[in-house]
Amino acid sequence: MKFLKNIPFIFFIGLCCLLVSSCAKNESTTPEEEGYEPTPLTLEVPRLFEEKISPPIIPGNNPQTVEGVALGKKLFFDPILSADNTLACAGCHAPNEAFTDSRQFSPGIDGINGNRNSMPLFNLAWNYQENFFWDGRASSIENQALQPVVDPVEMHNTWPNAVASLQSDAEYPQLFSEAFGSSNIDSTMVSKAIAQFVRTLISGNSRYDQFLRGEIELTEAESNGLNVYVDETRGDCFHCHGTPPNNLLWTDNDFHNNGLDEIITDLGRGGATGDPREFGAFKTPSLRNLAYTAPYMHDGRFETLEEVIDHYSEGLVYSETIDPLMKAVGEGGVHLSEQDKQDLKAFLLALSDESFINNPDFQKP
Amino acid sequence: MKKIVLLVAITATLFACKDVDEDEVINPDYNVSFTFTQNWDGTKLENSDFETTEFTNANGDVLTISKLDYLISNVTFTSETGETIFVEGHNLINSREGLNINYNLDQKIPEGEYTVSFTFGLNSDYNIDGAYPDLTSANWGVPTMLGGGYHYMRLEGTFIDETGANQGYQYHTIHAVDNPGDNPQPEDTSFEVNLGSISVFNDKFIEVEMNVAEWFRNPNQWDLNELNNNLMMNAEAQRMMSENGKSVFSLGPIADILE
Repeated sequence: MKFLKNIPFIFFIGLCCLLVSSCAKNESTTPEEEGYEPTPLTLEVPRLFEEKISPPIIPGNNPQTVEGVALGKKLFFDPILSADNTLACAGCHAPNEAFTDSRQFSPGIDGINGNRNSMPLFNLAWNYQENFFWDGRASSIENQALQPVVDPVEMHNTWPNAVASLQSDAEYPQLFSEAFGSSNIDSTMVSKAIAQFVRTLISGNSRYDQFLRGEIELTEAESNGLNVYVDETRGDCFHCHGTPPNNLLWTDNDFHNNGLDEIITDLGRGGATGDPREFGAFKTPSLRNLAYTAPYMHDGRFETLEEVIDHYSEGLVYSETIDPLMKAVGEGGVHLSEQDKQDLKAFLLALSDESFINNPDFQKP
Repeated sequence: MKKIVLLVAITATLFACKDVDEDEVINPDYNVSFTFTQNWDGTKLENSDFETTEFTNANGDVLTISKLDYLISNVTFTSETGETIFVEGHNLINSREGLNINYNLDQKIPEGEYTVSFTFGLNSDYNIDGAYPDLTSANWGVPTMLGGGYHYMRLEGTFIDETGANQGYQYHTIHAVDNPGDNPQPEDTSFEVNLGSISVFNDKFIEVEMNVAEWFRNPNQWDLNELNNNLMMNAEAQRMMSENGKSVFSLGPIADILE
């Protein structure tokens, strides 16, 4: 009977023990072990994108979060990932240049130039084929983000060294803990954070977008240029760069040999796949933000849009893998009139998005 | 009271069993899947043939193929009594990469004998500009000046022209537009492909074969030197391609889907 009388007391003591052990556990476990979840973040998708094209690709194992994007942004602008702490991602992907580089080739930490023009970064979540770089050798944004760190002509680092730098930093372990629930940093977490930030780089407010939203009218030159763009007998740009007014990515995200060279020295897509049929083929770049992304082509050979238009008009040269979409190659191209060239340029510039390059969310913290 | 409850429970159970079993036994539904294959007069077109194998068309033009993407839509099953099962939807086939060569219908088909057909391309009721984000995202759209909507097929490659030079061709099929510009009036050149009679008494794989050579032969012998590009803006060429397309498809082997 005495035992029964003591039941409330024993229960109370047991409850206290449970609470104590629960508190002790909190001190030693990681946020992940506690079931910590970072704050979900929805991408700000332009209304026209939502209406007209398929949703962006966000991998199930790397959802967008407030903490992940903030960490990715800090990493993007921080030279800590490079071997000598001098070069950040932003060193070759500047916000005011639509996240490309105005130099033909970008020098790495050793002063050695790469051999391809830095690619602009925007709307990459809508690359449905998920082939990144000019040759498509990276199969996701996460995979792409891993490569410059260890590229010997870029950041020339090793991942163990880069991770050690982050791990010994005063701030990063906590930021990784907040973003991924663990302060034990690895390269996968770094690439995931950068990819989350890169997916937020969305450009959808060019003059042409504003025209589609009924906010402005295009100029006569821009309207004429649009007609050149979609006219099969003149520009025929749409077969590679997207059909307006619905495909607002301005790229097919596919690979083409666009008649630049008779002798192919950079194998491009073919170098990545080993398929000779793809030698000299490169990713179609988006036509958005051309006002900020000079020089042009995979090797930055053209400094101006006039040179680009001239190339397609009368500068095409034949090689075995040239895309059949390149017309009248024997004559160098379709020979646009000077008026058509000027109008086409005016239209192409109407695809540039000033609010994108000035977006405060995308500037150096 | 207990007896009443027991009776209700047994009755409910029996009715539930009847609902499921009788439908399953008397009126079974089956999965139907299509497989699209391509050949040149019977020689199957493989990935390795693209850009490498030379074919000679009815006109004697020597050509290669680099791209062969095409759209089919709205598979229809018509029973012997004339009832139709209309499976709304489309499938964009990329024959070079083998993407979407298998098209699994998203609804089951009741057992029976059917005449099976589909639309090559999209007929005018469905060829609505910007209506399908998947096709728009696949860069399958047609410019507004040509009536908007979507391509039916993009067949591209090179041929040896009259001068002996290699030249590209773009055999693109869309609706026909006589007056490209501000007020285009598209003419529907999609067509129905009738695969003939098919018995559905099990889950089925149905192969649909495309003989690419027919695009250049019947009834219009195609001269690539005359008609090789800018065909989207050529309404008469679109009508001719539509005529040629009607002999392109045929029913291939049918097989049971093994579980």
